[in-house]
Amino acid sequence: MRILTLAGRRLAASIPTLFLILIGVFLLLQFAPGDTVDAMMAQMGGGDAATARELRKFYGLDLSIPMQLANYLWRLVRLDLGFSSIYGKPVATVIMERLPPTILLMTASLSFAFFFGLVFGVIAARAVNKWPDTLISTLGLIFYATPSFWFGLMAIVVFSIYLQWLPAGGLEDIGQVQTGVWRMIDIARHLILPTLTLGLIFLAIYLRIMRASMLEVLNLDYVRTARAKGLDETRVVTGHVLRNALLPMVTLIGLQAGTMLGGSVVVESVFSLPGLGRLAYESVIQRDLNTLLGIVFVSALLVITVNFVVDLLYARLDPRISAEG
Amino acid sequence: MDAVKRYFRSPAAVIGLVLLLAVIAMALAAGFLYPRDPLALAGRPLVWPFTNPRFPLGTDNSGRDIAAQVFYGARISLLIGGVATAIAITIGTLLGAFAGYYGGWVDNILMRITEAFQTLPNFVLLLVLVAVFGSTLTTVTIAIGVVSWPAPARLTRAEFLSLRNREFVQAGRTLGMKDLQLILGEILPNALPPVIVYAGVVMAVAILLESALAFLRLSDPNVASWGNLIGLGRDVLRVQWYVSAIPGIAILVTVLAVSLVGQGLNDALNPRLKQR
Repeated sequence: MRILTLAGRRLAASIPTLFLILIGVFLLLQFAPGDTVDAMMAQMGGGDAATARELRKFYGLDLSIPMQLANYLWRLVRLDLGFSSIYGKPVATVIMERLPPTILLMTASLSFAFFFGLVFGVIAARAVNKWPDTLISTLGLIFYATPSFWFGLMAIVVFSIYLQWLPAGGLEDIGQVQTGVWRMIDIARHLILPTLTLGLIFLAIYLRIMRASMLEVLNLDYVRTARAKGLDETRVVTGHVLRNALLPMVTLIGLQAGTMLGGSVVVESVFSLPGLGRLAYESVIQRDLNTLLGIVFVSALLVITVNFVVDLLYARLDPRISAEG
Repeated sequence: MDAVKRYFRSPAAVIGLVLLLAVIAMALAAGFLYPRDPLALAGRPLVWPFTNPRFPLGTDNSGRDIAAQVFYGARISLLIGGVATAIAITIGTLLGAFAGYYGGWVDNILMRITEAFQTLPNFVLLLVLVAVFGSTLTTVTIAIGVVSWPAPARLTRAEFLSLRNREFVQAGRTLGMKDLQLILGEILPNALPPVIVYAGVVMAVAILLESALAFLRLSDPNVASWGNLIGLGRDVLRVQWYVSAIPGIAILVTVLAVSLVGQGLNDALNPRLKQR
């Protein structure tokens, strides 16, 4: 219960942050050339000034900026994100449609990066300064420096164009309607390359942190005790070292949540996945500022949620955290 | 001088330095080797690399020399990376210094703002900034700087927290020095080394951010940037994949060089940390 109160307190503390972000971005968007009505008029193929005035009045765009901001925040409290003139739907609906692929992609990439980062980190730490360590650390450095969109494109060239093993883009095969398990397998096949592309840089970060954290924990006294009482090296690592060495990795998930969401903008564009990141890109291109502001809200919310979960996980891994006030 | 010796003892750091110098040399030699506009038509479109001695790296979709664009791209990447990093470090150290020195409500407000910037994914904020202010070289550079300052700010704040009550600061205070003198003249020089080392990470990320933005065609289209070229090459990826592949390697090498040098400096300046 203590854990929940503690994490809950941190969650409550992030509400002012959320408002700060929204007010900041709202004011920022006031500087944008052209508003929603301009975009709509352009879509309609032009119109006269009277119609524009009518529309501005309808959307409350004729009010002063503080009034508009107050209106916007009041609507947000009721979870109303406004209306997207480009998609002809409420922004909340548009975002909800685009959220699942992004969450799927992020979960898959995170699991991939976390698992392999852990495994490679442990291997490198156990063979420190020998060839497996050098190899893994070098690969980590190269992965870290690889631009994700470029890796994605090269993966498409190799696996989709030359070998023709995997689809080059999209979330599922639209040529044939599939149901149940087959649909799941199809989606999974479409997500392999995007997952690798998005996860690569995080794999590099995780393995580096895991290696450093393993090396640190391996030198602690209790590990020496464990060895002294006759445990073999594998038991020492799995039973004693791993749990403590995992703590920095878990912290990193929370710190990297935002970066990962930002990375998905690029990866979704490369693989034409209909996700939140691609929506963000499209709304910039189409000047759909209402949707853009909605995305800012949802992505901040997503980052806060991830951090809440990380807090819970953290307390679970290290009981001392929940014991301290 | 010990630090220099330590730096050159690490092979990774030396390789990084050599690569970085090579990229800088490319940027400097661009105007000399390719006096013509790199974005001007040079020959037939889509010449494969190594087939025509006039175009060692081939030409892109519209017949522009890829080698020339790669050389000029080094300028753009280093320029944007360098200036954006300088902006991020300046904002970060100033805010971090004030937050750490004054504490209390100043710290509270500044850290709230930092937190807000960290909660919003920086690429999303970058998209918002580009949507609002447009995508010229100047706005893109400033925008990248503006989204990258929170980490240096936190680092500076932590340094200031540990330094602000040391004897030398108290001595300065007793001598009647003003807060601003203490912050800028006394504490900042001591707090700066870890921040400068961290600049390597900021610069690597800044270069990656710019190339991603350019790839999405949201950066300045009127300069020869590696990201722009990769974005163009995407249209002919099916057969002429080299148009995208070549500039990507240039980005990889540059980011690798910057992070290796940063890591090398870190190990050379904080030798105790390296033992781990």
